[in-house]
Amino acid sequence: MNLSGWNKHRALVGSAFLLGVLCLGGCDKLGGKKDKGDGSGSSGVASGSENIPPSTGPIKIGHYASLTGEEATFGISTDNGVKLAMEERNAAGGVKNRQIELKTLDDGSKAAEAGNVVARLVNEDKVVALIGEVASSASIAGGKVAQDRGVPMISPSSTNKLVTKGRDMVSRVCFLDEFQGYVVAKFATDNKMKKVAILYDQAAAYSKGLAETFQTEIESLGGKITTKQAYKKGDPDVSAQLQTIKTSGADAVFLPGYYTDVGNIIRQARKLGIKVPFLGGDGWDSSALAKIGGDAIEGSYYSNHYSFGESRPEVQEFVKKYKAKYGEVPDGLAALGYDAARVLFDAMERAPSLRGRDLATAIAATKDFAGVTGKITLDANRDAVKKAVVVQMKGGKPVYVTSVVPKGWPEEKPEGAGSGSAAGSAGGAGSGSAAASASAAGSAK
Amino acid sequence: MNDFLQTLVNAIALGSLYALTALGYTLVYGVLRFINFAHSDVFTLGAWVSFTIAGWIGWAGTGSPIFAMPVILFLAMAICAALGIAIETFAYRPLRRAPRLNVLITAIGVSLLLQNVGQLKWAFGTQPQRMAELVEDRSLFTIYDVHIRLVDVVVVILAALLVVALERLVYGTRIGRAMRAVSFDERVASLMGIDVNRVISITFGIGSALAAAGGLLFALKYGSIKQTADATWVLLGLKAFVAAVVGGIGNVRGAVAGALLISFVEVFGAAYLSPHMKDLYVFVILIGVLLFKPSGLFGKAVTEKV
Repeated sequence: MNLSGWNKHRALVGSAFLLGVLCLGGCDKLGGKKDKGDGSGSSGVASGSENIPPSTGPIKIGHYASLTGEEATFGISTDNGVKLAMEERNAAGGVKNRQIELKTLDDGSKAAEAGNVVARLVNEDKVVALIGEVASSASIAGGKVAQDRGVPMISPSSTNKLVTKGRDMVSRVCFLDEFQGYVVAKFATDNKMKKVAILYDQAAAYSKGLAETFQTEIESLGGKITTKQAYKKGDPDVSAQLQTIKTSGADAVFLPGYYTDVGNIIRQARKLGIKVPFLGGDGWDSSALAKIGGDAIEGSYYSNHYSFGESRPEVQEFVKKYKAKYGEVPDGLAALGYDAARVLFDAMERAPSLRGRDLATAIAATKDFAGVTGKITLDANRDAVKKAVVVQMKGGKPVYVTSVVPKGWPEEKPEGAGSGSAAGSAGGAGSGSAAASASAAGSAK
Repeated sequence: MNDFLQTLVNAIALGSLYALTALGYTLVYGVLRFINFAHSDVFTLGAWVSFTIAGWIGWAGTGSPIFAMPVILFLAMAICAALGIAIETFAYRPLRRAPRLNVLITAIGVSLLLQNVGQLKWAFGTQPQRMAELVEDRSLFTIYDVHIRLVDVVVVILAALLVVALERLVYGTRIGRAMRAVSFDERVASLMGIDVNRVISITFGIGSALAAAGGLLFALKYGSIKQTADATWVLLGLKAFVAAVVGGIGNVRGAVAGALLISFVEVFGAAYLSPHMKDLYVFVILIGVLLFKPSGLFGKAVTEKV
């Protein structure tokens, strides 16, 4: 089977082309950049046409999540939280005296797949409401379909502002990156980390946005950015960027990435002799973080939606129930999944009917809902305004350090402050947190 | 000076990893004239299989015996070789007389199958994992303030040994001669009494074993392994493929040279131009080579093909 030179050449170019196509498929996983939210298999049904839900039998809700793929722990934790909330509610009689039925579909951690999955939940399973996703890129894609079909959606933990922007069917129970950037910046400057280097994921909307707001906030708080470097998600070798950061003489490094990369990057940094602490956002939150990061990650801080070490009764009760059911300590995503589901059930109970418009209005009216992740009040953009916690990795576990409230809220005493063991497990100390929320609404952005 | 040295060390180590994978592409192309898209997944499985074996035996920590690494390397290579042979037997052999495009598409299917089976609970799961430290993580010696790490030295030496062994196999043994004969003309080779199917199987086995070694070394060098469908692996396989094409696909020495060339361009580009676009440099080289010398730098249509 001798091929002539030409044929061989053609086979080669053909192969290269096919590989390119494969790469496109692969690069999709990098998500992020396609923030305009395409990816729906939905030939747009006019936004007016509403589903009319059946009025008997179980109420169907849908959850789309990354049960497999790169950010699998995100989706699995969230789904655990949603399921726990549903079982509790069903045991207590359900909503409007009907049981709730949950259908969870996997989007494989791909933003492009999220739209298809949501369309399936809406078209085939006829769900009355949706919960999802964690990654902002996926929520933006899924939210487009939800908006087009007039099905209310609550994102448990997508922090990019575009998720709810201009979409009145979509709301969320977590804070935004703008606030998170402020939280980390304030924590850094309060703790004598004024010269900070930034290393962000150039292709993720989440990481890029967070890096920008962090820079703005820390500069307005009198801090300084020594250097700003980018990496590509999944890149095993970031030594060139880390070398620049090392020579820039920073007191800390802000690394707003996902846990899949963070552990590896910090290990490399330690090998290169970077000894300063790393700071991060809620994308770090996963039990896999310590497993990969090991000793290298000890002493680093990240901001999160809640900490299992908070002494509020909501938190402690949730942690107990979750542990009993799943045998592990819930991470922030599990707590947000739980809160998102409970906010949804609460709104369903209040709504005059389960039609999309009524339900979305009821969700948007959520006020002072006592969630595990703090008091949840949705603002005019259907975003939750609430405090954040900062945790530190100690002994392979995220340990509660302090809470940061939105600008304009009264300062809150750190819970563990009284008891000598500074960060400790922050167990029984003060219960000062409830105070904060009341004066909230207007002042926050 | 020390920046330059550090970059040089990185480039050589990375080039060795690319070379081990590129050889698999080139060997298979040599005998079958098609690109085995599932090859980078065998690389991935090499990393995961060695991680899993290390966990089973309990050689996860720093205290593991000195022979842990060779034993696991051997096991991973053997398992992946068997896998490669199985893939060839069940997926590609039935298509031996089918149009080449069918085989290509089958290869993509095999690739997707491996990626997704790897994510199953009873396989490797969806979580990234931290690789066992089979090679102690310490610096061996220091020149100009640059730490030469043991793991880099191990990567380079092992890769070099494997490449030399392959070279000897291809040019100095009966099976190597058979491989070259099949590559030259399959039909005539079979008329001369060569069992073509056996030769092809062995070629797949060797290519997969090299990929497994590459996977293990990659995991050791970078410490963590992503789940099987991660884009990292796709990109890695892609670069190894580029190395094979740049060196002249089908040419063993060319694959090694191509791997070193692209790793140098990538690592030095990242260090001295901008790290943000380091993948770009690699693919620009590919485009350049395809435009000006489509048969690759060493790929004259000569009888030296494997």
